[in-house]
Amino acid sequence: MDYSQFLNMHDEISLIAVIVILFLADLFLCGEHKSEMASKAMSLLPSGLLLLQTAYIASALICPCGNGIVDAFGGMYHNTPMMTLVKVVLNIGTIIVFLMANNWLKRPENQVKEGEFYLLTLSTLLGMYYMMSSGHFLMFFIGLELASIPMTALIAYTKNNQESAEAAAKYILTALFSSGLLLYGISLIYGTCGTMYFNELACKFDTNNTLQLVALVLFISGIGFKISLVPFHLWTADTYQGAPTTVTGYLSVISKGAAAFVLFTILFKVFQPMIEQWDIIMLWIIIFSITIANIFAVRQNNIKRFMAFSAISQAGYLVLGVMGGTAQGMTSLVYYLFVYMVANLGVFLIINVTEQNSGKINISDYNGFYQTNPKLSFIMTLCLFSLAGIPPFAGFFSKFFIFMAAFNAGFPVLVFIALVNTVISLYYYLLIVKAMYIMKSNEPIALFKSDSYSKIAIVICTLGVVFGGIISCIYGYIDILSNLSYGM
Amino acid sequence: MEYTILILLLPFLSFLFLGLAGKWLSHRTSGLIGTTVLAAITILSYCTAYTYFTADRCADGSYATLVPYNATWLPLGHLNFDLGILLDPISVMMLIVITTVSFMVHIYSFGYMKGERGFQRYYAFLSLFTMSMLGLVVATNIFQMYLFWELVGVSSYLLIGFYYTLPAAVAASKKAFIVTRFADLGFLIGILIFGYYTGSFSFDFVNNLQMAEGTTPFIPCGIDKAIAAGGFILPTALTLMFIGGAGKSAMFPLHIWLPDAMEGPTPVSALIHAATMVVAGVYQVARLFPLWVTYAQDWMPIIIWVGVFTAFYAASVACAQSDIKRVLAFSTISQIAFMMVALGVCTEITTGHEHAGSIGYMASMFHLFTHAMFKACLFLGAGCIIHAVHSNEMVAMGGLRKYLPITHATFLISCLAISGIPFFSGFSSKDEIITACMAYSPAVGYIMTAIAAMTAFYMFRLYYGIFWGTENKELHTEHTPHEETIMTAPLVILSIITVGVGIYTTLAGFGLFEGYSFGSLISADGQDYRIHFDPSVASLSTIIAICSIALATYIFKGETQPVADRMYNAAPRLHRWAYKRFYMDEVYQFITHRIIFAYVSRPIAWFDRHVIDGFFNFLAWGTHTLSNNIKGFQSGRVQQYALVFLIGILVLILMIL
Repeated sequence: MDYSQFLNMHDEISLIAVIVILFLADLFLCGEHKSEMASKAMSLLPSGLLLLQTAYIASALICPCGNGIVDAFGGMYHNTPMMTLVKVVLNIGTIIVFLMANNWLKRPENQVKEGEFYLLTLSTLLGMYYMMSSGHFLMFFIGLELASIPMTALIAYTKNNQESAEAAAKYILTALFSSGLLLYGISLIYGTCGTMYFNELACKFDTNNTLQLVALVLFISGIGFKISLVPFHLWTADTYQGAPTTVTGYLSVISKGAAAFVLFTILFKVFQPMIEQWDIIMLWIIIFSITIANIFAVRQNNIKRFMAFSAISQAGYLVLGVMGGTAQGMTSLVYYLFVYMVANLGVFLIINVTEQNSGKINISDYNGFYQTNPKLSFIMTLCLFSLAGIPPFAGFFSKFFIFMAAFNAGFPVLVFIALVNTVISLYYYLLIVKAMYIMKSNEPIALFKSDSYSKIAIVICTLGVVFGGIISCIYGYIDILSNLSYGM
Repeated sequence: MEYTILILLLPFLSFLFLGLAGKWLSHRTSGLIGTTVLAAITILSYCTAYTYFTADRCADGSYATLVPYNATWLPLGHLNFDLGILLDPISVMMLIVITTVSFMVHIYSFGYMKGERGFQRYYAFLSLFTMSMLGLVVATNIFQMYLFWELVGVSSYLLIGFYYTLPAAVAASKKAFIVTRFADLGFLIGILIFGYYTGSFSFDFVNNLQMAEGTTPFIPCGIDKAIAAGGFILPTALTLMFIGGAGKSAMFPLHIWLPDAMEGPTPVSALIHAATMVVAGVYQVARLFPLWVTYAQDWMPIIIWVGVFTAFYAASVACAQSDIKRVLAFSTISQIAFMMVALGVCTEITTGHEHAGSIGYMASMFHLFTHAMFKACLFLGAGCIIHAVHSNEMVAMGGLRKYLPITHATFLISCLAISGIPFFSGFSSKDEIITACMAYSPAVGYIMTAIAAMTAFYMFRLYYGIFWGTENKELHTEHTPHEETIMTAPLVILSIITVGVGIYTTLAGFGLFEGYSFGSLISADGQDYRIHFDPSVASLSTIIAICSIALATYIFKGETQPVADRMYNAAPRLHRWAYKRFYMDEVYQFITHRIIFAYVSRPIAWFDRHVIDGFFNFLAWGTHTLSNNIKGFQSGRVQQYALVFLIGILVLILMIL
């Protein structure tokens, strides 16, 4: 075996290096009694290393060698510049989550397991990397599981909290169930085609083969579980509510984004012959995801539960890019992911600092928030506007591009339904704005100072929300990469 | 020429900085920052002009159109929104006009706005306006033009309403915004029609286009496609765009906002409502002129007759106004109408002075330049006067020449220029316009000559009313009117430009300086512009101008004005009509309040309140009810979740089998 092929997996190897370094640092720096220095180092090291790693993999984008496409182990591993770009985007999101988590991890009850949080998070990230860059169904499955199982541990991170434990139990049970079905689908594919390599499969599919169609549905359900699309979404609200807020943020953006991208690439690359069938399936899934999530979101009071339904509906918009499997769809999907990430993490950052400082997580608790914390309410408003798609914030442009992609792919009715739903979504996003600005409260959340790590993250998110849309070269750049990858 | 991007960026940054950090800065610092930035971009514009006009020409001797910068801002599939910079003779000329006048106004405002509340805000808005106006003139496509067009409208709105505690200023700013927005609707529809049928927004129809390396190439205009779709499409689109231009340039009947806009600070009136923004409409027609002349020649009389009527209407109203800024406002409307007419009578775009049909285009752009300079000078002069006597009414003035000598001299120079006296800049440009009109149709030519005579008359009525006549001693006893150097310096500079250009072009017109002409700067279509007089036209208009000045002197110069009183008594109703601007505002009031509000808005409001709101209330109610009914799905039991999961899969499988 040619071990040098490992070196072709730049992105993954560098991430593993980060994990190993963090593991050692955790081992030696964090004993029972941490010194001031060690504590500081443990705050800076994960974000810093991940930033370095991001820079490293991004450098391959800036000066690509050849066409930037890498294959290893006979096609088991396959990476394109577009995938690297998505990894960079996910990394940025993870860094924001790390910054968000910092203050919470310094609490006495979390001190002893501070390092675990980073290791588990990065492990799931590694799983997503492999999931995206897989060239074989087994590889894909291993990546998926690697992304799921540490996630359960993360959700149960505050293990003495009953809600957290319950959320983790629900997550792992649903995950196992969906994995089982997915595995069954993969076995059907192997049984009918005799291979699991992506680049060999496309020509072996037959649209009249019932088993293969069942496999398609099972595949979509397996990945739909990760993106939390209706009807595979029911775990979402309970898990989001129970999980620690930072983990919820991570779950709602990073793991969802990676899965949506994989859905696109595999549907496009492997299930290309069945495009008519999966267009129909996705059409209904999207309509139901957006609509049902909106209907549920309207009457939530717990803000994390509310964000869970918002996330399901946003996921529906996100996978609009899948329709038709066009290059424009891929561009707008990745752009949507990026914009959704900054806006959603922005909201979670503020939920998190509020929860850390006041312990309040209900929408009604936010009444009068503007009077006491004007800056945070303003930024929250910006992020919510972006999620609702109000110009000139980034969310408007991302929605616009994704609607245009679906429209050009030939789904005007779907775009119309999605448009009607944006109106409903505007309504419930504005409910929070209304609570913050208009509603009066006898005891509003008192003024508090957020920690500096959260502040940095908030600034990054705000910049992304405000300028992510106006600076059009972002979309243009993604478009170039997507056209490059699309041909292959 | 890549540095041209700085011309747009610097004022934008200055706007952001002054807007955000202004409240921590002193008046002096913020004013200095704004003025320094303006000085920098003025120098940059002059450099650009110098480089551009001395650069190598194309083979046929015309200037190339350079696009040093162009990038796609919003990709829309086949139709892109680009942002960029396009340099051709008219845009470079506009760069000079805008930066020069804006720079003068920045300096002047130090004196005029001294101690005002919101001084920093004022300079921030001035920067915003300058940026938007520059962005408008260098636009590489109609959409960019529209974008900055609206930004210009916004900054105009902000500046008119600068004294936001005065109800009149607030009302005027709203009026200006609504009227121009209404006209812009036409512009927008025109753009959309144009973009839909030609598949492009870009100005790629201009001559000798040279794209710089690394710029996004223009999507070519499918003019042929538009023609194939129907011969009336392009003319309709152009006419709709002209409506937008007419709104911005205050053409009748969309002129009603401009006189009220004088509620803003006077330097703002000089910059926005005299020299730069109001000519945006003329500039827009000039920019699209190759299309007009090639595809919509039959529709161009619309431009001419709107222009002629506006020029006449505004001139006659100006004869009866008593507020000096109003007189100047109507004079501006009338002069802009001259530029419009000049464009309308132009029948070809080909070059050289043997082509009589193309004089109008160049004359229009030339008049735009000269008018910007002397009208800015007049407005700033009026600002000095208002600053000195604290009133806009002519009654409060009279005999001011002793107190304000520099203002008096520069005001006189500008009055002579606008009247069309030889050796002043207005003479050359106005004469060109009349020559062009004569070539098109003698009737238009004679009407325009008559309006030019009216111009001379009302300008000198204004001049004598302010500087001669009876002094209003009561007002002047409390404090003697005086002038400040920081405010007179810009006046002197502007009047030097007026006289310098006037002497040069007049002499050039008489055949001196053959071969090298100032007209290169004013060149409109890439060729040098040669000043050339038609002796009969020139002598006729000069004689007429002198006659009307003499008439005005006879009537208005004296301490008492028996002739004026007699004229007033002879036709009081006419005077009243003219004073009330022929009741145009009342007509608008009637149409909007009595007809539109009552018969259109009210039913729509009812429909909105009951049907539309009802629908949305129904939607909200439905969502809530549905939400309550299906909450059982979200039970919290994992077994049920798995069941739904499984049923979902089965349904999907059944769907595709």
